[in-house]
Amino acid sequence: MGTTSSLLRIDGELTIYRATELAAAMRTALAGVADGDMLELDLSGVTEMDSAGVQLLLAARRSAIESGRALGLTARSAAVDDVLAILHLTALFGDTVAQTH
Amino acid sequence: MTGNIDLDQVLHTFIAEARELLEDMEAALLRVGGEADPRESINAIFRAAHTIKGSSGLFGLDAIVAFTHVAESVLDRAREGAVALDPALVALLLACGDYIGRMVDAVERAEPQADPGADPEGAALVQRLRVHLADEAVPATQSASASAAIDGGPARWHLSLRFGPDVLRNGMDPLSFIRYLATLGEIEQLVTLPDAVPGLDALEPEACCLGFEIAFLTRIDKAAIENVFEFVIDDCALRIVPPGSQVARYIELIESLPEGPRRLGEILVSCGSVTAHELETALHVQAASAPPRRIGAILADQGNVAPQVVEAALAKQKQFKEARGGESVRVDADKLDRLINLVGELVIATAGANLAAKRTRDLELIERNLTLAGLVEEVRDSALQLRMVKIGGTFNRFKRVVHDVARELGKDIELVVSGEDTELDKTVVEKIGDPLMHLVRNAIDHGIDSPERRAERGKPATGTLTLNALHDSGSIVIQVSDDGGGLDRERILAKALERGLVEPGRTMSDAEVHALIFEPGFSTAEHITNLSGRGVGMDVVRRNIEALRGNVAIASEPGRGTTVTVRLPLTLAIINGFQVGVGKSVFVVPMDVVDECIEFSCEPGQNYADLRGQVLPFIRLRDLFEVAGRPAGRQNIVVVKHAGQKFGLVVDALLGEAQTVIKPLSKMFAQVRGISGSSILGSGDVALILDVPLLMQGAQEARGIPALQAESLPAGH
Repeated sequence: MGTTSSLLRIDGELTIYRATELAAAMRTALAGVADGDMLELDLSGVTEMDSAGVQLLLAARRSAIESGRALGLTARSAAVDDVLAILHLTALFGDTVAQTH
Repeated sequence: MTGNIDLDQVLHTFIAEARELLEDMEAALLRVGGEADPRESINAIFRAAHTIKGSSGLFGLDAIVAFTHVAESVLDRAREGAVALDPALVALLLACGDYIGRMVDAVERAEPQADPGADPEGAALVQRLRVHLADEAVPATQSASASAAIDGGPARWHLSLRFGPDVLRNGMDPLSFIRYLATLGEIEQLVTLPDAVPGLDALEPEACCLGFEIAFLTRIDKAAIENVFEFVIDDCALRIVPPGSQVARYIELIESLPEGPRRLGEILVSCGSVTAHELETALHVQAASAPPRRIGAILADQGNVAPQVVEAALAKQKQFKEARGGESVRVDADKLDRLINLVGELVIATAGANLAAKRTRDLELIERNLTLAGLVEEVRDSALQLRMVKIGGTFNRFKRVVHDVARELGKDIELVVSGEDTELDKTVVEKIGDPLMHLVRNAIDHGIDSPERRAERGKPATGTLTLNALHDSGSIVIQVSDDGGGLDRERILAKALERGLVEPGRTMSDAEVHALIFEPGFSTAEHITNLSGRGVGMDVVRRNIEALRGNVAIASEPGRGTTVTVRLPLTLAIINGFQVGVGKSVFVVPMDVVDECIEFSCEPGQNYADLRGQVLPFIRLRDLFEVAGRPAGRQNIVVVKHAGQKFGLVVDALLGEAQTVIKPLSKMFAQVRGISGSSILGSGDVALILDVPLLMQGAQEARGIPALQAESLPAGH
């Protein structure tokens, strides 16, 4: 890969209760990524994810693509895998990343 | 929304039309076996099933759609000649028609739709239908999603979900609804729509903007699917496309969603709900013809229905109606009853006005009142005419009964119907169905012998049951005849003796013996079948018919057959009455039983008069109803005729013929025998209407003949 990447690690809940806080964190992280580079999210520490969390990931992906960057999920906990599988989103997020577990 | 239509009203129309279509279907099924070229009938059956399926779909009656679809497929094969409509298949399709009828009934009662796949009866019918389908491919008109319908296997639904912004804030998680949905079936495909999710900068992290397209395999019905989303339904646009839907339905779905046709089309294709080819064709066709937004469009706005589907189905229904011929307006029975009631009041009021006018001796006023009375009479006749229906519809129902019952008993019976254009009051028609049904079943069961027995007697193997209707002096006469073995006089007498209905050693005419079968608890069937012969039949029939102011008689010839004759008034609302006076009281004798009037004369102590050399038994109304006062100097006898016999009613005065609006007696007077109702005279007085058949029993008693009926009137003397 010719791109360098920044990493954002999210631990604990990826849910409605922290949606505003996490959205801000992602915005900040994305702003620090250079054009053409990738923001990698490490979700291996996520204990719970809900629809708000899914939406957050989708929004981050859109922002990244629209600003000429990319978004990847480097690592996912079982909770995240489970939700992505149910919503048939694994492929959408999985195509940019190598599974780590 | 472009307008608001009453869905209940439309549903009501659907129910009525579905029933008509089922009747048509049944009629065609019953005639198809006897036709040299059955193609037209098969087409009619197919069209009926097809139209029912189409219009059921409009109302989301998916259970009916799914079930009818299977029957339609079989009929389609019959149309192609791939399947023969033999008696077995006809019987099966008749049963299917009944089943659809019951599902329609359930809709009318607003019961939740049973899933025919889960209902053992529906599933069994589908199973039997499938035998005729063999490995037939899914018809081409169906979209790719029309997979297994309801043969117990899951059906493929398409769900389109758009969650509103407040869902998350309200503590609902779309994810958990989807998880729950997954427990009720299999989520075959799911597409999460990120389209409405903006970038991080614009995102309100707590506002939901997710949407899903789901292909869902399940055995549960539409209501059950909707229930999954019950808690979120106010905040969620849920569109459900049932299994086996036409492509047009998906087109509508696409149009109603915000994502744009191209994008959604792809999604639907990826869900496997439609094929790319189907979609392209449909979108193309649609662009070429912009359909007018009419009732279909409104319906589509309220429910998730494709306008094309609505239009097509409505057009079909219209076609069907036109094919049925004749223009007619559907009127609520209640409105009609109210009109009849008002006309009744009008008749009474007119009579009052006439009386008042006569008292003034103002010739012009009297004349004008008479003109008015004439017009009111015409209005009355036309109003009653509105409620008149042909008895043919009732007769046709029996074709089915004869077909089924004869089959069950292994008899070969042909039903011959005549006089089906004879008209009678709707209320009478409704009430005569059950008694007639019993008479018909009885004739098939007891009347007509088995083919072997008939052969022994030198009769054709096919028995004949005849239903006939005719008008006879203000009454309708319905005859149920069979060409069976006839009533067995000896057996009836033996049974009657055993039951203590007659005294031993009495000589009785054939008619009297035959009449015994209408006695309570009388049954001569040696073998009790499950059709009749439980001994509860004929007396109930008689009671029901008498409750309609009618009567029933039986005539039978050994070895030749039996004819049951039911005589009923044409209407229950208004009769032509003959008014008679006893003291200050006025009684009304129904005009159609009045034979003649003679001057009263008889030897003291006798209770019969001499009518041109004939003995005429009579009843003194004064004594019977204990009217106060002494008899008038010159009394009269009204000779009434009933069931071929005559008897007299002794009265003080003959007041003449008058329109009589019947008012039922209140329950308080239910014990009063010999009175069938009351009427209000022009003067405002109440007149009682005499129940002539019951009085006749009294006359027979007075003559010394014990009444045949268990409950009898006190003798007139």
